[in-house]
Amino acid sequence: MYETNFHKAATAQEAAALLNRSEDGKILAGGQTLIPTMKQRLADPTDVIDVSAAADLRGITIAGDQVTIGAMTTHAEVAGHAALAALCPSICKLAANIGDPAVRHRGTIGGSLANNDPAADYPAAALALNARIHTTSREIAADDFFEGMFTTALEDDEIITAVSFTAPAKGGYGKFPNPASRYAMAGVFVAKLADGSARVAVTGAGEDGVHRHDGLEAALSADWAASAVDGVEISLDGLLSDLHGNAAYRANLVKVMAKRALG
Amino acid sequence: MKIAMTVNGKSVSRDVEGNTLLVEYIRDHLRLTGTHVGCDTSQCGACVVHVDGKAMKSCTMLAASAEGAAVTTVEGLAKSKDDLHPMQVAFKENHGLQCGFCTPGMIMTATDMVARYQAEGKILTEDNIRHELEGNICRCTGYHNIVKSIADGASKMTSA
Repeated sequence: MYETNFHKAATAQEAAALLNRSEDGKILAGGQTLIPTMKQRLADPTDVIDVSAAADLRGITIAGDQVTIGAMTTHAEVAGHAALAALCPSICKLAANIGDPAVRHRGTIGGSLANNDPAADYPAAALALNARIHTTSREIAADDFFEGMFTTALEDDEIITAVSFTAPAKGGYGKFPNPASRYAMAGVFVAKLADGSARVAVTGAGEDGVHRHDGLEAALSADWAASAVDGVEISLDGLLSDLHGNAAYRANLVKVMAKRALG
Repeated sequence: MKIAMTVNGKSVSRDVEGNTLLVEYIRDHLRLTGTHVGCDTSQCGACVVHVDGKAMKSCTMLAASAEGAAVTTVEGLAKSKDDLHPMQVAFKENHGLQCGFCTPGMIMTATDMVARYQAEGKILTEDNIRHELEGNICRCTGYHNIVKSIADGASKMTSA
């Protein structure tokens, strides 16, 4: 790992100020992606700003059907939150299957969203649940947040503070993990919103990372059932072809994972 | 910078660099070499320790991030030098290891998993154990005796 200057921030605003002052700083959330990336010398930040002690970034708040999850809430905390599981079990199940137990104790929802790994799980949930991403300077709709592989609408000195969403009437997540990395080869999050409309987000399969699927959304808005998925055509355009599987393979996985998400 | 924390119940403080990993702090600065480095890519779990009571990969954490934390390594599990933790006894009795390289991480993951399941009143089935071992790789045993050891260790921890 290259040398770096370590800072610990007590609040989100302090972290933003430190980030702004640093030459090429990075926010260290749970570090479960950033630290391995730095160890491989694929990242070389001049400064790392640890926000694990920032209490204002932690915790899950539920008010009626409104859910707010602090950016530094770990996967284990989301997975094990009883009130959230009662309201929106799909996001708890999703969190319970990220990485492994040690990773879930440290990795965070804010870190996952900010990194926007094209095969990460949380971006699919945020997009399908029509979530709002709260930052140190504004609020961004999930539809405007994810801009492509490892790219988001975040400015250089902007930090995610929380993510909020309205609990869906129904929701589910189907994931086919790569047998080695356990990242999604295809992951599909389906959500039936309170107004009856369906939103469907696909991760792991797209060349530009997480994206919505119009065909699946139309089919599920009309009929919220696994059988409705059968008639949907999954175009190969924009789907990933790599050594793990070609676009046709992934297109089929999208269909199968959508059904599992509904089942 | 100087980093202070509690390791196995003792207060320790050492000078480290910003990029010093927690596992380097434990092994190289404190000379507690029971915690292993297996893969360097955060996959194998040989470096698992407990940080504030939770299993974490010490190769995927900066030492400075653990400032002020209470860390337990495999050396800190048993009550005394002549004693073994019930999970260590279970690994010994069930032949839960061959070369032993992954064992410290396995045992730290196992004690964390048992503690979590017991706290939530959930039953730790064989399937649960196998799923919970997602982040710990063993290249010798084929896992069968590790799973047996953890099931046995879980009952030993309950009766202990």
